[in-house]
Parts: sequence; structure tokens; C-alpha cells
Amino acid sequence: MPQLPESKQKVKFYQTGTFTVGNRLLEQDQRTVQATIDRSNSLDSGHRACQGCGEALGARFAIDAAMRATNNQLIAANATGCLEVFTTPYPETAWSIPWIHSLFGNAAAVASGIAAALKVKGRNDVRVIAQGGDGGTTDIGFGCLSGTFDRNDDVLYICYNNQAYMNTGVQRSSATPAAARTATTQPVGDEPGNVFNTGKSVPLVAIAHQIPYVATASVHDLHDLELKVTRAMQIRGARYIEIFVPCPLGWGSLPGDTIKIARYAVECGMYPLLEGEYGEITAVTKIRRRVSVADYLKLQRRFAHVFKPGNAHQLEQLQAIADRNIRRFDLISREGDI
Amino acid sequence: MLKQIEGSQAVAQAVALSRPEVISAYPITPQTHIVEDLGMMVKSGELSPCEFLLVESEFGALSACIGSSAAGARSYTATSSQGMLFMMEAVYNASGMGLPIVMTVGNRAIGAPINIWNDWSDSMSARDAGWIQLFVETNQEAVDVHIQAFKLAEELSMPVMVCMDGFILTHSYSQVDIPSQELVDRYLPPFQPRQVLDPSAPVSMGAMVGPEAFTEVRYLAHHKQREALKLITEQSAEFAELIGRDSGGLLKEYDSAGKETVVVTMGSVIGTMKEVLAGMREEGHSIGALTVRSFRPFPIEALQEALKDARRVIVFEKSLAVGMGGILANDIRMATRGLNLEVHSVIGGLGGRPITRANLRRMFEKGLNDQLNRIHFHDMRMDVVNRELEREKAQRLSGSAAENILSDVGMVAAAKTI
Ligand SMILES: Cc1ncc(C[n+]2csc(CCOP(=O)(O)OP(=O)(O)O)c2C)c(N)n1
Ligand code: SF4
Ligand SMILES: [Mg+2]
Repeated sequence: MPQLPESKQKVKFYQTGTFTVGNRLLEQDQRTVQATIDRSNSLDSGHRACQGCGEALGARFAIDAAMRATNNQLIAANATGCLEVFTTPYPETAWSIPWIHSLFGNAAAVASGIAAALKVKGRNDVRVIAQGGDGGTTDIGFGCLSGTFDRNDDVLYICYNNQAYMNTGVQRSSATPAAARTATTQPVGDEPGNVFNTGKSVPLVAIAHQIPYVATASVHDLHDLELKVTRAMQIRGARYIEIFVPCPLGWGSLPGDTIKIARYAVECGMYPLLEGEYGEITAVTKIRRRVSVADYLKLQRRFAHVFKPGNAHQLEQLQAIADRNIRRFDLISREGDI
Repeated sequence: MLKQIEGSQAVAQAVALSRPEVISAYPITPQTHIVEDLGMMVKSGELSPCEFLLVESEFGALSACIGSSAAGARSYTATSSQGMLFMMEAVYNASGMGLPIVMTVGNRAIGAPINIWNDWSDSMSARDAGWIQLFVETNQEAVDVHIQAFKLAEELSMPVMVCMDGFILTHSYSQVDIPSQELVDRYLPPFQPRQVLDPSAPVSMGAMVGPEAFTEVRYLAHHKQREALKLITEQSAEFAELIGRDSGGLLKEYDSAGKETVVVTMGSVIGTMKEVLAGMREEGHSIGALTVRSFRPFPIEALQEALKDARRVIVFEKSLAVGMGGILANDIRMATRGLNLEVHSVIGGLGGRPITRANLRRMFEKGLNDQLNRIHFHDMRMDVVNRELEREKAQRLSGSAAENILSDVGMVAAAKTI
């Protein structure tokens, strides 16, 4: 591992509120490690993310895992959005990797261009990541993303899904869940919040491109997240990982609840964790301790109206979405399963 | 080597000789033949090492070039018309980041109404984007200027558009001398970027800049373009010395020195004009022409010098700033402030309208007789326009003006043949 620049402090991080206790049950070399002397700290401290920002946490772990997997030979292209803004107003930068921000909707294409340049220069050892928020991925960057998938360019695209356009003040994206309040889906009228039966699942769309690897992950299970990123970096071609990243500011949740909310999203069935290869779903993470959708929503003010009198039907509809996910992706262990 | 080839093929060969490392392409007429040929050369191994990316849009095409250029690869793309507009956000971004991408623009009109034929609306739409814009007259110039463009772009860390008239140049066959690889290699050194994405020396590119520095950053882009005026002259002289042809530069004068009336234009139309003007000079008229080859940066000082003895300038352009008038004309008016001249703005050739010796001659004569308005629409049918205006006055639901005009023109044309 190359020496870190001298100016970089070796920062130690501690994390609470997860299943980190489980970490101790693992073999030493399998543990999620928060702070080691040779951790790359690719996304370093000092950035301007809100307290409890899931996106900052997700990016830190994803990129460090990718750095480990590539022997620190990594370049990242970043879409416009919170991650770009909170990490880099010039002349400061929280990135200790080569990093480029071009536009909101072209991160995938920029990354494809970088990959092409590396290929032509015979630098097979250097790998490329594109990253952006859900808006930059599922909406405005969707064309370029699909192009990168279609050509099977050697790029890992990571989408940090906080389910709205946060950087511009919390507006709806096509990843915003039904009933959620955003600045453009206010809780007024018959169907308070974001309308039902809209939006899209880009992980499933990615799988439909038959690319080598697709996965969803969540910041409550960093170990799983790291494994998926590591796995992705061991594969050549187009890969997609979407990480569920709660946003305290946009969701109206407590910064200290970020991990809990992320866990509940998965454990209620709203955000299934899956892996896909070449067009097929190959693995799902079973729900360990099921919670109700209400348990998950209660922690977020963006769903407060769902609990108001007269809106019970919304809660039922939302529970039905989770139930369908559980059925569809077989998320609950049946008897006999381990 | 002298070859009888299509303009697009010639450009493809010039680009290939410049050893691009990444080419990213999306089809649009009339640019497509260029990238088709390059694709073939990459596939056959004739152009190697080079990665050829077939992208999902022009926005993707230029964005991929942004990535590859930032990673230190010489990068090329080409577009026209709607494609230029589709990539516009990336056009500004590439220059803002100082990435020396070279892009051919096969100049074509912009819709609606959709029109595939030649005018300069596409390049004009990007004239303030911070790219260098070089207009060429012939396919020989197109070849030479592409080779120069890479050198210029990389020296300045600034992207360059080579603007060539769609169809008129891109699809026409002519004799073109393609320089040898050895000569091109002597002229054009390998790409050495000013800043590069490299894990051994990480940098952050394209981050946010606030009001405290934005003015200076923008000024610097402007300053660099003004500096480029000198470099364009130097580098085209260097090219002329090595290859033996003067193909670049800021302006080209066609018997304009000391003439009372000077026609100013860009691109290929000078080919037709030259003949007409030579005839008029033979008849004793004091009239010459010059072409602006570097539209951005705009050669203000060179123009002042070239037009210092003129009394009347007729600016002929295939572009229109709707609601204002001529774009080139306005720039010429600005550049010649303080000179004692009348500038007439002539707008013609829009959407491929033929520019003939006969109609040029009529227009020039009007100019000589002081009969041109400040804005003159060349070879336009005012009767057809008036008919549509009448229709719009008469009925609210008058329908598509484009459709109405076309049916009128059809009727008029039919009536003529009877
Ligand atoms: C072409 C374009 N349109 C709109 C914007 C404004 N914009 C910047 S960031 C952003 C929202 C980003 O949302 P998302 O991608 O979900 O990332 P987040 O901030 O939520 O992490 C928007 C709308 C822009 N920069 N460029
Ligand atoms: S608004 Fe949300 S995504 Fe953006 S920095 Fe704050 S918590 Fe993170
Ligand atoms: Mg978002």
C-alpha cells in the first residue's frame, strides 16, 4: 500500500447502533474495520455532510472497500449532488483519490471515457467508479447509465439512494417511495405525498441489461456493503450497486437513527437486498427480524401524514408493497432454511 | 499523398494521422461519415491504439471525451445540428475544465422545422462556450486544420471545434493531399495534459467555485482565447513551413487589400464568391473579400488592419440571431468600430438554400449601389412571407407557418412551370 500523503491525519472512526457486535464473531480477516493505520480514508474527514448523513457513510465504506480491492488504483467520476457538493468546494477536497465532477447527468459516460483512456494506455490495474445520487442515476443520468451498461464498459456505478433530490432541497425523484413527502409531493389532497404506482427500480432495470453484476446494499450492514463492492471490483465489465442511504435532513429523521432506519427499511421488506448476475437474481438477503412498515415509517417525518386519521388506507397500501417484495423476492426464511 | 476522396473521408484520415486515443461517436447527418470511417480504421487496426466508443447520445459522446481527456487520452468526437444542442451542457463543461478535445462540426441548420442541410446555426449556438472555433473553406483546409487543431487545443488546454459546411464539404469529392504520418508526427507531439486523473498523484477536478473566484476564472478563459490569436498564427505558419501549405491562420484575404467594398464571410461559400468577385473586378469594380477562419477567438486587430481602407463591408453569413440579425455582422461591427465604414449584414444560405453565382452577383451589385438594407435576407421570397402574414392576420387558427409556406412555395413553383 502506498504511503498516504503526510498531511493526512490518521483518523479513527467508531460506529454505534449497528450489528457491529456481530463483527466480533467473525474471523479477524473478515471483520469490518473502522480504523486501521492503512485504511485509505478515500473520503476523508472535514467534509460538509449533515450529521447522520447516510450518503457520506455509504461512500466512505464503498470507496475504501474498492480501494482495498484494487490496491488503491482507483479513479472516480461523480455526478452533481450532495456527495459532490459536501466533499469538494475548491480549494478544499475530502477526496484522496483522483476524482472528477463533470455534470449532473453524465457520470456514467465520463467514467466510460476514463475506462477507455485507461484501456488504450494499457493500465489494466487502474479501475473506475462512477457515483451519484438517485436523481443523477434514475432520472437525468439514466440515458448515459444505460449506455455504459449496454456497452458493458469496465465501470462500477454506485448509486447512493436517498430517495429524492436532496442537494436542491428535497424534491421528488423516480426513486422517491409512494406517500413520501417531498417539496414537490406535499401531503395535500386525496393522495397525500408521492403518488402510488409511480417510480422505478433501477437495480431491476440494471439486471435487465444482463450486466455481470448488480447488487443493492444498505448502510446498516456495512460488512455486506463492503463484500458487495469487493465482489464487484473482482469482476470486469459494467456493474451496478445501489446503496440505501437515509438522509436526516430530507426525511425528517434523527441523525442518530440513520442506521436504524436503514435496517428497518430492509427488515420490513421495503428495500430488498439482492444480487444479480447476467440478467438473473442470484441472491437475496433474508430478513432477520421482521418489523412492520409502520415501525419503519414512524421514524421519518416525511411519512407523518400517513399516521393521521383518515389515512390508514395509505399505511395499508405501503405495507402491501413491502409484503409484495417479501413474496416476490422470497425475503423470509421458511422453516428448514438456515 | 494526393487523393480524390470525400470530405468526410479526408477528415477521418487527418484525424487518424493525429493519433487520437479515444473516439466517441453518435450518428447525425452530415457528420456521420467521418466517424464511420474512423470506426473502420479502429476495427481494422489501421488506427491503433485507439478506443472507439459507440455511445447512446451526443451528450454521452462528449461526456465520454471529457472522461478520457481528463484521464490523459487524446480525444475526438464529431457532431452536427441537433447533436450539438443535445450535448450543449457538456460543451460548456469541457471548456470550463480546460480539456483539449477536438470536435468536428459538420455545420447544419437547427430545427424546428427539422432541416438536415447546411447553415451555421449549430456552431453559432456554441460560440460563447469557450471553445476555439475554426471555419474551413475547402476539404484540404479541413484536413490541415484538424491536424493543427489538436496541437492548438493541447498547447492551450482548450477544446477546439473545426467547423465545416455540411454536405458542401462533408459529402463532396475533391482532390486532397493527405500528409504523411511522418510529417504529422513531426508537427504534432504526443499529448501532455496539464492535469490528469492518476492514482499516483490524486487531484479533484471540476469542483465548485464561488463568487470569490468565478470572475477571475472566466476572465482567464477569455484571456487565453485572446492569447490563442497569436498561437493560431504561429502554429499555422509552422504547419505551412513543414507541409508547404497555408491552411490556417486567422483570416484569409482574397484581393481585399485597398478595395472600397469588402465582402466578409466564413466557410466554403467564398469558393463561389471568388469567381463572381474576380469577374466584377475585371469590370472595374473595387471589390474584394476576406474570410474569418478563427471565429473564436475573434481576430479583432487583424480585421481592423485588413479593413482599414474599406468604405463598405458586406458581411455574408449563414446564421441568424432571431430578433437581432446577423451574428458575424454584429461581431464585425464591433471589431471595426472607429473605422469609417458602412457594414451591411446579409443573411443567406439558411437550411441549405442554394447560393449561386447569379444571386450573389445581384446582391453584390445592390451593395455597390448602396441598395442593401442594414439587414438583408439573401434570395428570400418576400411575397411568400407576406402571404403567410396575411393568413395569420385573417384567421386565428392559421396552422403551421412552415407547412403553409411550403405549400405556397410548391404552388408558386408549380405556377412558374406552367
Ligand atoms: C442539468 C441539471 N439540472 C439540474 C441541476 C440541479 N441539481 C443539482 S444536484 C440536484 C439533485 C441531486 O439529487 P440526487 O442525484 O438524488 O443526489 P442527492 O443530492 O440527493 O445526493 C439537482 C436537481 C443540475 N445541476 N444540472
Ligand atoms: S441533505 Fe441528506 S444527503 Fe445531503 S448531506 Fe444532508 S443528510 Fe446527506
Ligand atoms: Mg438523492
